Amino acid sequence: MTITPAIAIAGVVMAALTFYVLFAGADFGGGVWDFLASGPRKKEQRDVISHALAPIWEANHVWLILVIVLLFTCFPAAFSTIAIALHIPLSLMLFGIVLRGSAFIFRSYGSDQDAAQQWWGRVFAIASIITPVLLGVCVGAIATGGLGMTSFSGPFVEHFVTPWLTAFGFGVGLMALALFSFLAAVYLTVETEGTPLQDDFRTRALWSAAAVFVLTFGVLALSWNAAPMVRAGLVAGSFALPIHVVTGIAAVTAIGALWTRRFRLARAAAAAQVAFILWGWAAAQYPYLLPPSLTIEAAAAPSRTLVLVLWALAAGACVLFPSLFYLFRIFKMQRSS
Amino acid sequence: MDVQQRDVGEEEYPDEQEQRPHAQKLARGAGTGKHALLVDAPLRSLRAPLVFVMPDLFAARSQMAMSLAFHIIFAVVGIGLPALMVIAEYRWRRTGEAVYLDLAKRWSRGAAILFAVGAVSGTVLSFELGLLWPEFMKQAGPIIGMPFSLEGFAFFTEAIFLGIYLYGWERISARAHVASGIVVAVSGAISGIFVVIANAWMNTPRGFTLVDGKFTNIDPLAAMLTPAAFPQTLHMTLAAYAATGFAVAGIHALLLLRDPTNTFHRHAFAIALLVGAPAAILQPLSGDISARYVAKQQPVKLAAMEGDFVTMRGAPLRIGGIPNEAERKTPYAIEIPKGLSFLATHDFNAEIKGLNDFPVNEWPPVAIVHIAFQIMVGLGSFMALVALIALVLQWRKRDIITIRWLMMAIVLAAPMGFICIEAGWTVTEVGRQPWVIYGILRTANAVTPMPGLIVPFLTFTALYIFLGVIVVWLLYQQVLRSPTTNESRPNRARAA
Repeated sequence: MTITPAIAIAGVVMAALTFYVLFAGADFGGGVWDFLASGPRKKEQRDVISHALAPIWEANHVWLILVIVLLFTCFPAAFSTIAIALHIPLSLMLFGIVLRGSAFIFRSYGSDQDAAQQWWGRVFAIASIITPVLLGVCVGAIATGGLGMTSFSGPFVEHFVTPWLTAFGFGVGLMALALFSFLAAVYLTVETEGTPLQDDFRTRALWSAAAVFVLTFGVLALSWNAAPMVRAGLVAGSFALPIHVVTGIAAVTAIGALWTRRFRLARAAAAAQVAFILWGWAAAQYPYLLPPSLTIEAAAAPSRTLVLVLWALAAGACVLFPSLFYLFRIFKMQRSS
Repeated sequence: MDVQQRDVGEEEYPDEQEQRPHAQKLARGAGTGKHALLVDAPLRSLRAPLVFVMPDLFAARSQMAMSLAFHIIFAVVGIGLPALMVIAEYRWRRTGEAVYLDLAKRWSRGAAILFAVGAVSGTVLSFELGLLWPEFMKQAGPIIGMPFSLEGFAFFTEAIFLGIYLYGWERISARAHVASGIVVAVSGAISGIFVVIANAWMNTPRGFTLVDGKFTNIDPLAAMLTPAAFPQTLHMTLAAYAATGFAVAGIHALLLLRDPTNTFHRHAFAIALLVGAPAAILQPLSGDISARYVAKQQPVKLAAMEGDFVTMRGAPLRIGGIPNEAERKTPYAIEIPKGLSFLATHDFNAEIKGLNDFPVNEWPPVAIVHIAFQIMVGLGSFMALVALIALVLQWRKRDIITIRWLMMAIVLAAPMGFICIEAGWTVTEVGRQPWVIYGILRTANAVTPMPGLIVPFLTFTALYIFLGVIVVWLLYQQVLRSPTTNESRPNRARAA
């Protein structure tokens, strides 16, 4: 595999998507645990989630914008097909994104009346559950190869509904939800160091790890018929075995570390596990951007654009990563309260 | 319709700054499905039944307009309010007066609410570019993706440092905190500039050669240096400060009229005017730069802005009036002889092209563009005048808070900046129609083949109206209401 500008940018898109999942994904997962808050420390659980999200969720959200901008700048042919065929789930996802963000800020800065706070909390939590499922549905639709069409004339359902409304798609959606919830619970065990809340989130992390396990194999089973190309890559591709092995090691490490209460190790292993699952999908699909026929190279913009964007990314990264490091150092590494 | 094969144009596009060729054979082969209707028949004759014949195109345009109109308010406040917030904090650090800290915190709360809604509605827009106009993005993405990518990083920086600013009061040093606020204000302005550059390209597309309807020899840097970029970004950046400054000053002026000794409102008013007034005074000058650029680059837009149907030397400036496209006249206008020729070219006898020089199917909706332009110029001039008077009186050491008529004028100007911005974008966007890329790709040929677009349009409209109501209510609660329990009102606090 030679690294062309198109491949390099596809790699950056995947990296940005990975960061989105690892950071913003966990923010959505926080909404799930807000929804499922229970037990004697129900209110404290919600407070710590809100406290953990507040300074960082908007920065985390921007990774998605970067993914979209890179797609339409560098892979316009793929972007336009995705935008047409997935109009419905993407619009619903946007609806969820708007409601989630607005409800969170309205709750944080809203009135002191409990009723209004609770109502916005509910909206925030429900939008946090629905949005990841829709994101997964869109990813699933791409993996099935259902977006291979080049023409959109003909029956509405066939072009605008069938490609994404599949059991496999919703399987991927639920898997995304489970992964996000898992990440959030594991991260929150670190954030609640030394409080009884840590046990609450440890239990939740272990349960969601079990859900991830079940759903992963469920999705793999569904892919047998629904996404033959990706399934073939996952089972027999040249990257398949090493990626499965490292994903498995990361998963076992995460669960083991949770079990033995080594929470920082669990956090690193959980993030690695989720990242490897994403890259496993990317490797299985390579060299196709939109299976079954649109490759990364074929979808790419002219090379002058790609090269300029690579320079812009390099320059942007010089500003972005120090800033992000500063943000997380302030709010995540020196937690005192 | 076969989306992949739509043709956008035939002729090679001259890369110079010459006036655009008007009668390109763009329609040829441009639509093989239902949109062919709009391409082959003159657009004009379809205008009235457009809603019924082309509900999807109309719905897509409405959804885009509504989304932009909603988002622009948050984007503008996201540029202006951080500036106010940093000035207030800086004053607090310098003077130690607690009322400034109060203000910085209030405004940062406002910035937090507005930034969040702006961020999510901006996300919607970045998707909508593709969801509604996939053909446009497919053609233009590689050319104008560059400013969007850079905007992504500026926006990232803004989001990161806003988080640090809002939640870092006790976690970082005073100097780092003020610096974070400055980064928020500056990156907000930069991200706005990049987005406007992308829009400027749609008005004056540059940086490519058009061969067989395909963009070739793409040069994204030349695209960013398009002639519309400077006038548009200057005009919009000033507008952001003028609109935010006047909105905040106007609201506090209203509260000061009732309660003139309130130090909280006095300080808020002073800082807001400090940001808003200079921008409002400079805005007519930047408008002059914009007008001359439009006259040169988009003469048909200028003709629509002026309701100018006939090409002539020494063209008059029309104030008011209601353009009548059927009769090709703009009655009820006050005409200032040779005014338009002078303003557009700085030469009283220059020839100004009227709409008669352009095929009817390349006209924008004249009445909408003309009236929106009149609103923008009228209200903008009022703001500039008020700002000028306020600054002169301030310079003469008069306490303008005691000058009742001036305070009332400032109250009246509070919403004007935002009305100007909405009207100005109406001029820019509607004035570019029927093109999405001026002279190259028709809006009708860029729309998604997805049917039933009325549904997302109505859903998002309902959502945005709902959010708008909540935001206004929260801003009143969190930002504008007089403080009741702190040191900013020493007399009452002592009494209580």
